[in-house]
Amino acid sequence: MQLKAENISRRYFRKHGEANYFEAVRQVSLTLESGKLTVLNGKSGSGKTTLLNMLAGLLNPSEGKVFLDETDLYALEDKALSRMRNEKIGVIPQGRSAVDTLSVYENILLPGMLYGRTLRTEEAENWMEVFGISDLRNAMPAELSGGELRRMAIARTLTASPEVILADEPTGDLDNDNTIVVLTALQQAAKAGKTVLVVSHETDAEAYADRIYHMNHGMIE
Amino acid sequence: MKHFSLMIRNLTRRPGRTTSLILLTASLAMSLFCGTIVVSSLRRGLSSMENRLGADIIVVPAEAESKASMKNLLLQGTIGTFYMDASVLEKVRETEGVERASAQIFLSSMKADCCSVKVQIIGFDPENDFVVQPWIAESLNHQLGNMEVVVGCRVETDVGNNFRIYDRSCRVVAKLASTGTGLDTAVYCNMNTIHILLQAAEEKGITHKIDSGNDSEVVSAIYVRVLPGADPGLVNNRLNGRVRKATAIRTAGMMTEVADSLNGVSRIIAILICAVWVLALIILFIVFSMMVNERRRELAVYRLLGMSRKMLSGMILKETALCSFTGALCGTVLGAIIVFPFTTLIETSLKLPYLIPDAGTIVLYACFAIMVTALVGCAAGSRTASGLSRVDPGTTLREGA
Repeated sequence: MQLKAENISRRYFRKHGEANYFEAVRQVSLTLESGKLTVLNGKSGSGKTTLLNMLAGLLNPSEGKVFLDETDLYALEDKALSRMRNEKIGVIPQGRSAVDTLSVYENILLPGMLYGRTLRTEEAENWMEVFGISDLRNAMPAELSGGELRRMAIARTLTASPEVILADEPTGDLDNDNTIVVLTALQQAAKAGKTVLVVSHETDAEAYADRIYHMNHGMIE
Repeated sequence: MKHFSLMIRNLTRRPGRTTSLILLTASLAMSLFCGTIVVSSLRRGLSSMENRLGADIIVVPAEAESKASMKNLLLQGTIGTFYMDASVLEKVRETEGVERASAQIFLSSMKADCCSVKVQIIGFDPENDFVVQPWIAESLNHQLGNMEVVVGCRVETDVGNNFRIYDRSCRVVAKLASTGTGLDTAVYCNMNTIHILLQAAEEKGITHKIDSGNDSEVVSAIYVRVLPGADPGLVNNRLNGRVRKATAIRTAGMMTEVADSLNGVSRIIAILICAVWVLALIILFIVFSMMVNERRRELAVYRLLGMSRKMLSGMILKETALCSFTGALCGTVLGAIIVFPFTTLIETSLKLPYLIPDAGTIVLYACFAIMVTALVGCAAGSRTASGLSRVDPGTTLREGA
């Protein structure tokens, strides 16, 4: 599937400063192709996460449009957009993204649970094995380290097997060995036909990329 | 596993939060249910007392501290053994405006005779009575014979048993339905029986004689019904002017006093219920507001993974509804456990007629308390649900990353 941004911008209003708003993303156009792993790098505060959230259908752009193939994401009602996000777009966000009342295994199966689909238990077992968290299957998120939580979030997205994977700093909390495991897994997903975007302020992911974008002051250079 | 299972997991794996919600809603339901039952029982008791009195005026001996003694006897079952000359009855009957007059004789049992406490024995004349007979007829289908007694619902004996009073054996032929008044602890017999018992009491050294009378010439109270159209106040004044060493009391005045006391108690109960509700609602809103912050991240994850706003607010609402309903149910059951076994204590403490509603009405009140509490809980939770469903997942998950 192709994920395409057309001249998208995102402005945030603020009280202080010269202007009464701050433009986090400015007139960005970008196309993510299936079968490709795209890396978007840039300094902290350059607008990478805001752009990823808009691409994921989580944040309405102030201007411009986002298309998933022919579908204009933000023309959809919340119900349809949510369903599309559940089925087609997998997001690995920054920070903790576990539901604290569910075990690691339940968290990994959660996307399928929300719409009552057949649970992908074999895939879940496989990805837990790959990311070395099989032993934590019944542990609760509060018992996990930052790195383990991060691997759980990645396993959740890969288990759901969406067409588009958007990963925000996926290796931020990981050691070198686990960084390699995660980036390899994302590269394999891209090779299997998925559309993969990795946002990072580090250079680790660039070696796995088919295409690299650099972001600065809200614009792609 | 769909949303219901998720909901149950959310509730069971956050026991502190869930328990506090249940406890709060339980306190709301309990106060509402108990308050409704107590107020309703008081109103029912008053109504029952009005129905049972059946007289417009009661004439009692002047030395009986009149109104207070009679009211205590009727309301609390306080033993009253006061007597006046039986000739007063004829004078009352001859008074203008009096349609019917019927005498009663009171006697107190000795503690060891029958029951754990003394009971009031009331002798009445079945031929002239219009006060006791109508409601005795509800439990007894024949004329009360000699040495036969009818007992109030709280007298510890059963129909068919022999009941010893001052070494005389009386047969219990009926047990009356609850009235919620002091009459529930009384024993009723005809005039022949009461005279035999008075004699027996005399043999035990318990005197009931007045200065210049004998056993057959005393009565304790005379119940008066005025002629239709006659002014009870005027008849009352006439009686007070006509009979010596006796006082005529209008039952309407007695009932008004009771009704005033009842309104006072009802007001206090209503204020207490309001106070509990205001306090619990404030805490409920604080708990829900805290929950907004506590669950922001968790619900952002649900949004991120594809839950729509509607699904999310629905899930929170269902969680709230389940907690509120459970709390309301627990509170109502707890309220029933508190309010029903302590009926006598409540009645004694309030010193007012107190008659528990029938089972159907109680079920209705319980449903009302559960429904109102659950709805209020849901209404408080809907604000949270609406706020949380608007959470921006991207920003929320990034905060404190």
